[in-house]
Amino acid sequence: MQVSLSAFAYLFSELVQYCQSRVSHIGELERRLEEVGYGVGVRLLEVLCFRERGSRREVRLLDMLKFVHSTLWRYLFGRQARDLEQSNTAEDEYMISDYDLFVIKFVSVPKEMGHLNCAAFVAGVVKGVLDGAGFPARVTAHFVTVKDQPKPKTTILMKFDPSVMQREQRMPAS
Amino acid sequence: MAAPVLHFVVVGHDDHPIFETDLLSKSTDASGREERPQYLYHFVMHAALDAVEEQEWSTNAMHLGVVDRFNNYQVSAFTTAGHMRFLLLHDGRGDEIVKNFFKDVYELYLRVMLNPFFIPTAKITSPLFQQRVKALARQYFR
Repeated sequence: MQVSLSAFAYLFSELVQYCQSRVSHIGELERRLEEVGYGVGVRLLEVLCFRERGSRREVRLLDMLKFVHSTLWRYLFGRQARDLEQSNTAEDEYMISDYDLFVIKFVSVPKEMGHLNCAAFVAGVVKGVLDGAGFPARVTAHFVTVKDQPKPKTTILMKFDPSVMQREQRMPAS
Repeated sequence: MAAPVLHFVVVGHDDHPIFETDLLSKSTDASGREERPQYLYHFVMHAALDAVEEQEWSTNAMHLGVVDRFNNYQVSAFTTAGHMRFLLLHDGRGDEIVKNFFKDVYELYLRVMLNPFFIPTAKITSPLFQQRVKALARQYFR
């Protein structure tokens, strides 16, 4: 089923304005967008596993990340995400990056709002998926400038709960 | 000969039941339930949750089969992608039948949880859901 991009952009802009009128600072705005995305993520997890994966669940961290990077991204954006990488500085941090997400295509952030990133909505979707599957994490969206590219890429940063890392260590090596 | 047992529970993330029903009683009210040892069922199923947690991290499948036994009762379990657990307390029904029952209930559950107003920690109160689950039970466990 196809939905017009302008219809979505209009709806999303109304959503952002709705949240904006109820918060006092940027951090809260991003959190509200995350909350909206969270409800979507929890439901997408169940539906995608049922429809696309033949009722197969992921129980390993790497498999879960691959699920987000390919199955979830393909459903949301029609293609796999660009990069999936583990942070060099922390073992429990992973990043998924992509360029030109249509969600924020028509969002222009005024200077007073500094580093507001409306892809917090997408971060919320990812958080809903990870939390629902039993891999709780802090998920945030950031702009990262890339050499030789006019626009920054959007990075979804996932920092997993210690409980997840402990469980992964206890499991047999896959 | 012991009375047949068939009790179904949906358990949420914090190990609290969001739906339960006795699949053998014909009516939707509680009048036929006094004779059945309700608290024993709750105890057995709650104790089985530990076994479910062990099993659900060791397999990619949703159907976990029989995870726990108590006297002549058996508890079969099914974990969804979102870690909602379906538990069936029974007295020895075939695994394939239980698996197919769980799969059909899973589709019903998907429809309930896709509702944007549904909170994952809220009880499922839809009478239609209960009706359909009981109808499935009659179909599979007659």
